[in-house]
Amino acid sequence: MMQSAPSTSAAPGIFGYTFSLVGILAFAVILFWAVVALFAPQIAPYPIGKIVDMDYFGPMSSKLWLGSDYLGRDMLSRIIFGARYTLGIALAGVLIASSSGVILGMAAAVVGGWFDTALSRFMDAMISIPSKLFGLVVVAAVGSSLPSLILTLAFIYTPGSYRFARALAVNVNTMDFITVARIRGENTLYLAISEILPNIIRPVLADFGIRFVFIVLLLSGLSFLGLGVQPPLADWGALVHENIQGLSFGSAAVIAPSIAIASLTISVNLLIDNLPRKIRDRSA
Amino acid sequence: MNSEIASMIGKRLVIAVITLLIVSFAVFFATSMLPGDTATILLGQAATPDAVAGLRHAMHLDEPAVLRFLRWIAGLVTGDLGTSYANNMPISKLISARFVNTMELAGITALISIPFALTLGITSAVMRGTLYDRIVTVLTIGVISVPEFMVASTAVLIFAVYLKWLPAISFVNEVHSLYDLLRMYAMPVVTLTFVVSAQIIRMTRAAVIETLSTPYVEMALLKGASRSRIVLRHALPNALGPIVNALALSLSYLIGGVIIIETIFNYPGIAKLMVDAVATRDLPLIQTCAVIFCAGYLILITIADIIAIISNPRLR
Repeated sequence: MMQSAPSTSAAPGIFGYTFSLVGILAFAVILFWAVVALFAPQIAPYPIGKIVDMDYFGPMSSKLWLGSDYLGRDMLSRIIFGARYTLGIALAGVLIASSSGVILGMAAAVVGGWFDTALSRFMDAMISIPSKLFGLVVVAAVGSSLPSLILTLAFIYTPGSYRFARALAVNVNTMDFITVARIRGENTLYLAISEILPNIIRPVLADFGIRFVFIVLLLSGLSFLGLGVQPPLADWGALVHENIQGLSFGSAAVIAPSIAIASLTISVNLLIDNLPRKIRDRSA
Repeated sequence: MNSEIASMIGKRLVIAVITLLIVSFAVFFATSMLPGDTATILLGQAATPDAVAGLRHAMHLDEPAVLRFLRWIAGLVTGDLGTSYANNMPISKLISARFVNTMELAGITALISIPFALTLGITSAVMRGTLYDRIVTVLTIGVISVPEFMVASTAVLIFAVYLKWLPAISFVNEVHSLYDLLRMYAMPVVTLTFVVSAQIIRMTRAAVIETLSTPYVEMALLKGASRSRIVLRHALPNALGPIVNALALSLSYLIGGVIIIETIFNYPGIAKLMVDAVATRDLPLIQTCAVIFCAGYLILITIADIIAIISNPRLR
């Protein structure tokens, strides 16, 4: 593959610099949440279940930075532990969704024929179910334990990933080097992994980030409805759900988890938008 | 040429029906995977095996799943939506009033957000790169990136808690005047409008920008047509298909939005009914609500596709 100059040539000087600065900031926020999620027990000032405030929906203070929740538990600690569930479940979900979507998409492109037609028609039908509705139906069916939540989220976002990967793979599949490889007698597995995958991997990774945001939003939405992560565990959406009564007092217990979600999703979006053009550009 | 349009539209309708069938099949089997026997759950632990077997037979649970699916589909088509497990009422009775409520909420939102968002989307595309365009883009990305409940709770914080214009999360049931009605709808509609508009603006902007970069627009520019003429006469008629498509796709966010907004504002609509049904695992009710939503979505998409086909100048 040809090595091209960085895309700053179109927007030189201070403009290019500020652009990457936004990217760096976004990356810093994502890294921050990843560290928080990994080292939650070491960082959190109080145990999550411990009632530390006599008052419920207590205000922000030097002892309780984000105030207390509806039972008088420390909100900051609950958000720090909530990061584990939001990031962990979403990451597991998007890993499964993207990898199965990409594998099936490449398979459809390489194999073609009725396999491609049937799979694509099925995936198109699945895409036409609004994701939140899909989530409700599957949660109603299989419940909301952590593994079934992960699988549900993965299942809902596989069709989108499939369609994206297939569109890319079909384009690559018409290239001359694929024809050469076919004539050489390479098998389907080799074609998919060694010839197609390296050529679609970068847009697929950008798509991975976007899908991660979708999954975080859907997970938060389900948890907000009380149908996602179940107590005593709580992700950020569930934190908003259990403290929603505090909204009329303008309590930080409602606002802070929302801001946590927004900071994560906006950062991922900004990071992807500020990736070099060569990585980000995609056909679909 | 007209027969070609007719056949394309016919093809779209067939695809829509097939998709709806696949979707209802998926919904039915997803909810049939439920571990445990429904009859046992309904009757409780103390039920005799005879009673369980009797109920299973009465509910046709002892038949193969395919047969039950066909029976359910036939019921849907003829208007017999079955009976809710939770309170033993006919589902059609539970749904009808709430369906109207949800359609009202969605309809009012669409009426407000479509003209508003189309204007913003088209103008920001035409004025691409200006400060105005950047502000609109940043705001839409902001709204798209956050969960709907955050938009809703921010609206509550601003309008109810700080400004005290509107009641907070409580929903007024008695409507005495137009003022009450406005207050009742204000918050849900404002929130939904934000969520849906952001999507429409983003997609419309992309569609118009794509049209503006086509060779015939460049041609119009080169022959000296004015800016407004290029946009109104050359670009917009051709962008109509993509714009309508963007509208239909965005209105599907209305469905996701409605689920959250009806819950947070306690609005007596069909989405709230479905969320409650999931909490009580009332499967027939969930299935019916899900199919209604999917059908609504498919109808929107199909209408958009048909408009795109009709508005395509090459087919006329």
